[in-house]
Amino acid sequence: MTAAFKPKHQRLVLVILALLAILAAGALAAWALKNQASYFYIPSQIVSNPPDPDRGVRLGGMVKVGSLKTAPDGVTMHFLVDDGKAEVPVTFAGIAPDLFREGSGVVAEGHMMKDGTFVASNLLAKHDENYVPRELQDMTKQQARETVAETTK
Amino acid sequence: MIAEFGLAALWLAAALAALQLVAAWLGQRPGGETLALLVRPAAVTQALLCGVAFVMLLWVFARTDLSVLLVAENSHSEKPLIYKIAGAWGNHEGSMLLWVTIMAVAGGLIALIEHRLPEKTMLATLGAQAFVGLGFYAFLLFASNPFARLFPVPAEGQGMNPLLQDIGLAMHPPTLYCGYVGLSIAFSFAVGALLTRNVTPEFAKVMRPWVMGAWMFLTVGITAGSYWAYYELGWGGWWFWDPVENASLMPWLAATALFHSASVLASRDALRTWTVMLGVVAFSMSMIGTFLVRSGILTSVHAFAVDPTRGTFILALLAINIGGALALFAARAGTIAEGERFAALSREGALVINNVALSAVLGIVLLGTLYPLVTEAFSVRVSVGPPYFNPVSAIFVFPMLAVLAVGPLLRWRRDRLERIKGPLIAIGAAGIVVLLAAWLMAGIALLQLLGLALAAVVAVSAFMPLRGRSLKRLPLPVWGMAIAHFGIAVALFGMSVDSAFTVEKLTAADVGQSINVGPWQVRLTAVEPVAGPNWTALSGRLSASYKGGPAHELVPMSRTFWAPPQTTSESALLTRWNGQLYTVIGGGTADGRWQLRLWWKPFVTCIWLGGLLIALGGFLALVGRVAADVRRRVATRKIAVRRAEVATA
Repeated sequence: MTAAFKPKHQRLVLVILALLAILAAGALAAWALKNQASYFYIPSQIVSNPPDPDRGVRLGGMVKVGSLKTAPDGVTMHFLVDDGKAEVPVTFAGIAPDLFREGSGVVAEGHMMKDGTFVASNLLAKHDENYVPRELQDMTKQQARETVAETTK
Repeated sequence: MIAEFGLAALWLAAALAALQLVAAWLGQRPGGETLALLVRPAAVTQALLCGVAFVMLLWVFARTDLSVLLVAENSHSEKPLIYKIAGAWGNHEGSMLLWVTIMAVAGGLIALIEHRLPEKTMLATLGAQAFVGLGFYAFLLFASNPFARLFPVPAEGQGMNPLLQDIGLAMHPPTLYCGYVGLSIAFSFAVGALLTRNVTPEFAKVMRPWVMGAWMFLTVGITAGSYWAYYELGWGGWWFWDPVENASLMPWLAATALFHSASVLASRDALRTWTVMLGVVAFSMSMIGTFLVRSGILTSVHAFAVDPTRGTFILALLAINIGGALALFAARAGTIAEGERFAALSREGALVINNVALSAVLGIVLLGTLYPLVTEAFSVRVSVGPPYFNPVSAIFVFPMLAVLAVGPLLRWRRDRLERIKGPLIAIGAAGIVVLLAAWLMAGIALLQLLGLALAAVVAVSAFMPLRGRSLKRLPLPVWGMAIAHFGIAVALFGMSVDSAFTVEKLTAADVGQSINVGPWQVRLTAVEPVAGPNWTALSGRLSASYKGGPAHELVPMSRTFWAPPQTTSESALLTRWNGQLYTVIGGGTADGRWQLRLWWKPFVTCIWLGGLLIALGGFLALVGRVAADVRRRVATRKIAVRRAEVATA
């Protein structure tokens, strides 16, 4: 073992080793980020260009008024997320966040099914006046104001 | 008056930091000896003044003095006293004052007690500490004054985020900040050593207890934060790879690498350049974490205010401090002589692998945390979560843990595997047995399987270095190492078992109905309204029995606060030696049932128990080192006294 490390060049060997490991980590991270990062969609984007079913994505929009239905089991919810141009049916089983209600903004984390429904594993709703999911902050700004006007009341 | 007094103390402290910097700088020059004498007293006085300012802030919060803007915005007269006081650091300005105070106190402490290094290096170190401190004073005084007044005085404060009204809050930020800011000492020592070209084993010995202390606080802070998120957020998860969590994990990884490499430098005079660089990197990670959390780039309960000025200010501080230190490092790294050599198969070799793997994980976490910010610049919104972090970091963590099992058994400098054949076989056997046993149980994913096997390997190996040694005479740092490594095994066991065997049940139940979750039978006996000091709640009464045993009562709640108006879920937990029953109550359904979410999480408590063991290991090592230092000081003093006696006689 010792012979492999010419004593004089030990520092050089260590530096190269460290650089290689860091580079490998960086390359691996870059590759994994490309594949594993979950992208943010609004309903019109998801309808026109649906992501692969096995890919985790986030869907943000307004919960359409009158669309929220609870299944007979009492914990599965079906509702439509809407951005004024398109709407996506969403299914969520769980205890909804406290400020989740019809007409308010929501970010759903989950994935698209082949039949065009979005299965959410987690819902992020507006928490209070000071804490709004980042995606929603911008969305209300970007999206047509009338969407907000007609869906929030 | 209290607020003005606090502000005045803060300005004076900032002035003393400026004095400390100038005196340390000019004191290095020929003829500056008198000025140099000012440096240590300045550091100590600055620490006292900062302490005064912080106590003043606590005082205005305890009295709910609404003429102070910060109090009016973040507190409320109808709040338990403990949360009024904790509220002092539950906001941007207060937490920055806490940061600066800890930094000044740490700087004051090294000025007071550290005399081992050459005075020149100490001056440069204290100068660097003052330089970094000044930046944060400027940030406080010009961009986030905690003592700003408000006129007219409002009748009532705006209250505090109910999520933060928890005993966890009283402890979590101060602990974490002690860790973050404690690393500033390592940073200053590294800069001091670079400036005076004095990277020696002595430097590593002096720096090591500080790193160890900061690291211990970080460990406790991360463990507590994880448990707090676990029971407060009501999702049953204990780590979310939230950017804010990553912000505390990154300095922890760097500090872990740092004290391991510092121990190589202290014992063997090798890895000089690397150790100095890690000293710079560790505190840089603390500052990057602060920037991420405090700039408002991320929105979460931790981002108190979204204010671009502050973000820019912290970014500028970051650029000056990190950029400056790295430039200094680049300029001086070549002048640091190469340290002692060692063979690949040696304690040093194992520690190099530990350091490289930790740095790789650090890079992975950093990239994953910054990636969404980068893509956002190109208007692409992404979020990076467990599907990225878990497998990618495991690729480096798992081999590192395998090396961890062997490294402590190796000798410094050079070793042969045949010498430790016995222990190696025992460790390997433990791993294989657990791997096979876990594999035979169906439905375990690869990561959990490897996690369980490695937990066994690390647990068995943790106490191997104690074999054949007198336990009574074993130095404390060796105990510390064994316990900390064992803690890693315990935590890894908890993580693997939790993610492999957790049972979850989500249902809507009628009052009187029973639900089975894992070995538990849980009955909803009643749902009733409750009132607290500043909230009302719906509480569910659950009666839970384990495998038909006696019934235990759990009372999860859904609380509604009125200042500010907000609802939170309060989970209820039942802890057994072999796991936790975790219960959450949601809202009622239209037909009069209640939403319940129940989890049986086997051995989940091992995660935090392991975290505490790791911190305990650090504590023992720290006590051992400090005790040795005190003994050495006493001995030197005795010798000096003796010499003086001999001289006079």
